[in-house]
Amino acid sequence: MLNDAVNASVVARVVDLVPLSLLGGVLGLDVVSFPQAMISRPIVACTLGGTFAGDAVAGLICGAALECLAVESLPVGASRYPEWGSASAVAGVIAAQGAAGSIIPQAGSLAIAVMIGIFTAWIGGWTMVRHRRMIASWARPRLELLAAGNVRTVMSLQLYGLTFDFLRGTLLTLVMLIPTLWFTDWANAHWNLNGDITKAVVVTSVAAVAASAIWKDFHAIAGTRRLFLAALALGTVGVMMRG
Amino acid sequence: MADTETFASGPSGTPSGPRAPLDRATHLRMFVRCLAVQGSWNYELLVGNGIGFCVEPALRRLPGGVDGPAYNAALARQCTYFNAHPYLASLAVGSLARAEIDMTPPEKIERFRKALCGPLGSVGDRLVWAAWLPACSLVGLLIFGLGASPLGVVVGFLLLYNIGHLVLRNWGLRAGWQHGLRVASALGAPVLQHGPRYIGRVAAVVGGLALPFAVHRAIGGGPVNTPVPLSVAFFTPVLAVGLVRLHGRIEGWRIVFVILSALVLYSVVR
Repeated sequence: MLNDAVNASVVARVVDLVPLSLLGGVLGLDVVSFPQAMISRPIVACTLGGTFAGDAVAGLICGAALECLAVESLPVGASRYPEWGSASAVAGVIAAQGAAGSIIPQAGSLAIAVMIGIFTAWIGGWTMVRHRRMIASWARPRLELLAAGNVRTVMSLQLYGLTFDFLRGTLLTLVMLIPTLWFTDWANAHWNLNGDITKAVVVTSVAAVAASAIWKDFHAIAGTRRLFLAALALGTVGVMMRG
Repeated sequence: MADTETFASGPSGTPSGPRAPLDRATHLRMFVRCLAVQGSWNYELLVGNGIGFCVEPALRRLPGGVDGPAYNAALARQCTYFNAHPYLASLAVGSLARAEIDMTPPEKIERFRKALCGPLGSVGDRLVWAAWLPACSLVGLLIFGLGASPLGVVVGFLLLYNIGHLVLRNWGLRAGWQHGLRVASALGAPVLQHGPRYIGRVAAVVGGLALPFAVHRAIGGGPVNTPVPLSVAFFTPVLAVGLVRLHGRIEGWRIVFVILSALVLYSVVR
């Protein structure tokens, strides 16, 4: 009887993951294939993941942290870069799971969500490369048909690429969610570090990446560094006045 | 507004002669397809098949229609290797469609196609990936830092970004159709040439304002003269300077991953 109950709860949990995985598929598709409207950016995708898992604010805070990292990586052409879409859905769900009804995610959950978000984005970048190679290998035997201007081949190649990109994101989200949700439960139960210190480490490290990215990205434009430093000082004063 | 009129009139899908106007329905079909131009992106054709996919609705207007040899020959030409920024690919789609409908000699179209790859890639990367996207991200972080709700942040970011995104794609398609093989003049548009400079300056200001507010909200708000906000304010610039010095050798997200993995490991096993 106990085994049946455990099996039923495992099945129920996996079924719960289906809509989250489909969300990951849609977000993964947005990164490159369709429509590149940037719903796959962490600040959006993580919030959506958190909302699907029951806590939009937790997803948003985690999304803001991952957005600081995403500012650094430019999705340029054929280069391999982190796939933040599906990864952010996974991270948002993890952050929301750790919020457990509070206003913000538990510090441990935030650290784990950001860590797993980065790891999933890295794996996602690898799957994107495999996906592109797969399309090439599917297109290769059909090059003669393309050279003859066969419209069916053009359409099928496009649909094949879009469908498999959606499946790639869906599977990636599902495969990452199953172990990481279990791991997050376990890690939260064993979290020994002070919450404030944990949050400080997470926020310091991601904010430093964003600051260095702004400094580097716009260095070629005269005067931007001075503008950045002046605005940073103004922002700091603004926070002090509000705090 | 000559191009607008050109897009506005003419029966949908009717095969017609050279310089036939492009109707709204065909324009809409091409625009929607442009959103999926990278759907079959691969390391052999790059975005080539996607260009053929987007140009196809216009090619139906060639003499003989979809069963004619002109249609097949044009589609075959448009599905070969091509590289461009995905948003500015619409400029190529418009101009190549116009060239095909104008019955431009094939060798001229092929030369034009090759010449177009480089500029569309570099201009688009500079304008969108290196300027507009980070600028909108930083605006999103500023909205977050100012305490907006999840819906406010998401809608604010998506609205701002997609106004630029969709306007650029639509402009590209229209300008490409209007200029045809003389599309180089469209690439000299002030927004494409000087946009990255102005957007970069605005992004630097927004980024400077956004970071302190976003950091403050992410650590839970509250008084700033306590140990946690003060230590964040001290260590963030120190780490940022270290990351700037490592420029080109390792990405920041990899370093953050190592730091957080060590943190998680330390916290759960100690």
